[in-house]
Amino acid sequence: MDYCSGKTFKYAHASVESFAAVVGKAENEGPYGGEFDEVIEDNKGGCDTWEQAEAMFQRKAVGHVLKKSELTPDKIDLVFAGDLLNQCVSSSYGLKEYYMPFLGIYGACSTFAEGLLLAGAMVNAGYAERCIAVTSSHFSSAERQFRFPLNYGGVRPPTSQWTATASGAVLVSDTGRPPFIRAATVGKIEDMGINDLNNMGAAMAGAAYDTLSRHMKHMEAEPQDYDLIVTGDLGLVGSQLLCDLFGRDGVDIEKLHKDCGLMLFDRSTQDVHSGGSGCGCSASVMCGHFLKRIESGELKRVLFCATGALMSTTMIQQGGTIPGIAHAVELTSY
Amino acid sequence: MNISNSEYGELTKKRSPDSKMYKTLPKAFFIGGIICTLGEGLINLYGYLGMDEESAAAVTSITLIFLSALFTGVELYDRIAQHGGAGTLVPITGFANAVVSPAIDFKSEGYVLGLGAKMFVIAGPVIVYGLSASVVYGIIYYIVSLVAG
Repeated sequence: MDYCSGKTFKYAHASVESFAAVVGKAENEGPYGGEFDEVIEDNKGGCDTWEQAEAMFQRKAVGHVLKKSELTPDKIDLVFAGDLLNQCVSSSYGLKEYYMPFLGIYGACSTFAEGLLLAGAMVNAGYAERCIAVTSSHFSSAERQFRFPLNYGGVRPPTSQWTATASGAVLVSDTGRPPFIRAATVGKIEDMGINDLNNMGAAMAGAAYDTLSRHMKHMEAEPQDYDLIVTGDLGLVGSQLLCDLFGRDGVDIEKLHKDCGLMLFDRSTQDVHSGGSGCGCSASVMCGHFLKRIESGELKRVLFCATGALMSTTMIQQGGTIPGIAHAVELTSY
Repeated sequence: MNISNSEYGELTKKRSPDSKMYKTLPKAFFIGGIICTLGEGLINLYGYLGMDEESAAAVTSITLIFLSALFTGVELYDRIAQHGGAGTLVPITGFANAVVSPAIDFKSEGYVLGLGAKMFVIAGPVIVYGLSASVVYGIIYYIVSLVAG
């Protein structure tokens, strides 16, 4: 079978009109604290359960973008939403009261890029005038579903990552103003043979390498043509592996590379081991930090690649490995 | 991909830091040691209060289980365990934590299908295989004692 290079979609009529991030307390205590639209100090946010709290994070993030664009939900043509929980309940329960046309999506922690590229495509094609893409994750609901009960005294190994309690939302339309969505490449499922539940970065780095390589090849761009290459949540281990994989091709991306998982938390003071993760991680760092800087022109061309570990505890228990996926979206200020 | 899974596995191994044993082992030893010393102290205390040795040992276990459940409930046990490692896992307190933590967590799904059903999600296997092993041991012991007379 020949290597499938896929396509990179080029957009001419899609911009991020508004964006918002809602984060938990620990996320706001990280290096980029204070840049988010709302901080929920109590991670349960007054809800009865963690799942309801995560749904609330998503509802609030969408509320913020609607408010910033001075729009009511009936003006939204389509919303792409996803999270990590079974049946994507944070999205469906969080957004049900808005009565907006809804498409639930799942790409694990890559979901934010998936939503962004889909929203951009719908607007660019003219099917929709205004699209929202939103994702969330919550440390406590994710731990419960994927790992151990919250108060269980298990020790997390150094390669493990900390699921971000956060949500980020973007409203995409053809405003003709930055940040522009210029191009996007859909990722392929890359199974690198990793079966360690506590090493998601390693499971995802291969997918990020493949998607980024294909995107740059199709765009006829070199890494130096970008101000930054931002990955979703590879963490320390995954980021090093990504640089290693590019290094094998003689390409040095280390100085241009940033990882949202390494940015959201301070690894030296916050006990997050290899870094942050979760669909809310890259969503909140993009919506809280990067999109502002692309909008202002401080960053001119950014290649954003959210990475997801398509992990299922059932499949792992049956002896399976963890496939990874990564989608790339190119954002520019011009 | 231009790299084989085995080659990538090697690369992953190289980039994945191991636990710092020079730090984790002494911490586990000391925190585990403190728990066990506490147990010894309790046995002596109960003995001093007039209990016979067997009762004192039983009441000590009960006290440690209670303390572990209490510390789990106030969200302290898992924080200590992040440093304690096997030192907090191996003593009876670790077992209590493994039962109490899912009970607290899954209460949100109700007392029957949540708390009741999920309470032994971690401790269950320990009970199943612990009991099985004790039955096997019992049979071997019986045969050996028959042969040895």
